[in-house]
Amino acid sequence: MTIRGKAYIAGAFEHPLRKAPEKSVAQLHAECAKGALVDAGLSKDDVDGYFCAGDAPGMGPLSMADYMNLRLRHVDSTDTGGSSYLVHVAHAAEGIALGKCSVALITLAGRPRSEGMATGTAPRPGNPAQPDIQFEYPYGPTIVNMYAMCAMRHMYQYGTTSEQLAWIKVAASHHAQYNPNAMLRDVVTVKEVLDSPIVASPLHRLDCCVISDGGGALVVVAPEVMKSLRRPRVKLLGAGEAPKGQFGGDVDLTFSGARWSGPRAFAEAGVAPADIQYASIYDSFTITVLMQIEDLGFCEKGQGGRFVADGNLISGTGRLPFNTDGGGLCNNHPANRGGMTKVIEAVRQLRGEAHPAVQVKNCALALAQGTGGSLGTRHGSATLILERE
Amino acid sequence: MIPMPDRILPAPEPNPETKPYWDAAAEGRLLIRRCAACGRAHHYPRALCPFCFSDRTEWQTASGNGTLYSFSVMQRAPVPYAIAYVTLDEGPSMMSNLVDCDFDTIHIGMKLKAVFKPTEGGLKLAMFTPA
Repeated sequence: MTIRGKAYIAGAFEHPLRKAPEKSVAQLHAECAKGALVDAGLSKDDVDGYFCAGDAPGMGPLSMADYMNLRLRHVDSTDTGGSSYLVHVAHAAEGIALGKCSVALITLAGRPRSEGMATGTAPRPGNPAQPDIQFEYPYGPTIVNMYAMCAMRHMYQYGTTSEQLAWIKVAASHHAQYNPNAMLRDVVTVKEVLDSPIVASPLHRLDCCVISDGGGALVVVAPEVMKSLRRPRVKLLGAGEAPKGQFGGDVDLTFSGARWSGPRAFAEAGVAPADIQYASIYDSFTITVLMQIEDLGFCEKGQGGRFVADGNLISGTGRLPFNTDGGGLCNNHPANRGGMTKVIEAVRQLRGEAHPAVQVKNCALALAQGTGGSLGTRHGSATLILERE
Repeated sequence: MIPMPDRILPAPEPNPETKPYWDAAAEGRLLIRRCAACGRAHHYPRALCPFCFSDRTEWQTASGNGTLYSFSVMQRAPVPYAIAYVTLDEGPSMMSNLVDCDFDTIHIGMKLKAVFKPTEGGLKLAMFTPA
């Protein structure tokens, strides 16, 4: 049993707003849903499967399904943080392959920017019943210092440098200059990244992603539904998922769950890293990208610093064009969850609908990679491999 | 070393499974949990061993000695602090803070020893300082 070729991404929509103080979170979800359905050429009443994660207001999928007045036969509110939406694509394909639904809608939305959330720098108390909280929260873990510890250890173990990490931001900024909706459109240099203030050593302000409102949605459909639509066919070839934690105290901060989710996706798709023409790589921080690139097998473990340097991730010149929308580092990180936009830009590339300046020529095979939670404690990793049919 | 204002530490919220850990910390002792079935120590402490899933886990007083695995300094926090993972001599690594030291001298691999710092509620947290 495989999901290879059993489902297509027919609709994709990224909300154009990056700040939405006049809109509700539910409204943003619904606007994204509508955008993705219009993109696919489908209507709300065609939807029979709905997928959302912790950013959706209400109990699991119930409130948003009710808000949109959907008549459903399959729901899934798996939450693995920012990687949830890649997991949802895979689970939607599983549901479709088993005949549990034929048109699956996935939504994400949030307003951390309007709400003034200190996403990365403020410790979050969490639920005291969460078993790890009492052993971590009092010490002041934040999103940024957890990823900073990954970077610090990676530097110690493999000789990775801040200059190499900065190249990831530089590449993202080269792409973002062509995206009129991107939050940060100025091209930056390695020096500018290194000259930006340290937020949590060794990470600088420009090693971090943006905080943005907005959202996105996807419509995943069965092959027979895809045949009736006029959009380019983006087929799911393979998917992998893998949570990773602290292993009971055997902490290893130098790799991500992509070490496991990647090979699972490649095996199902029947392709290798060298075959990938475009990659969306989750970019909450520069170090996030570097670790996942290694773990996915685009280079040897520990060689990520050398791999990303000198513009190797820039579309048109580099070996692995990545995040051609500007990614979370420059474009958008709606609801503090970057997985949705990773899939959306991969779909644009495979349809040939990316900005001409960053469009990969004849892009037929793409990868979308997400992590969610924290690489410094526990996170979920999800990998999708998509093909233009 | 420049003297710094004390950082206010939020209190942990113990539960029946973890209360002995916090009771010991209040007395200045660091406990770890070791499994009598497989022999391995783990952290954070659990009733069921995360390696072999046996329920024959026991409290053990750790030496308080460890090695710095990784760290990050939040220099721009209201009171700057250093978060860390410390690998205890007994095996497991634990999240903690580095205290009573010059942040500029911190380096991965340095030897550390536990010290205990009071939280808002009176319970104490195991933190680490250069050995």
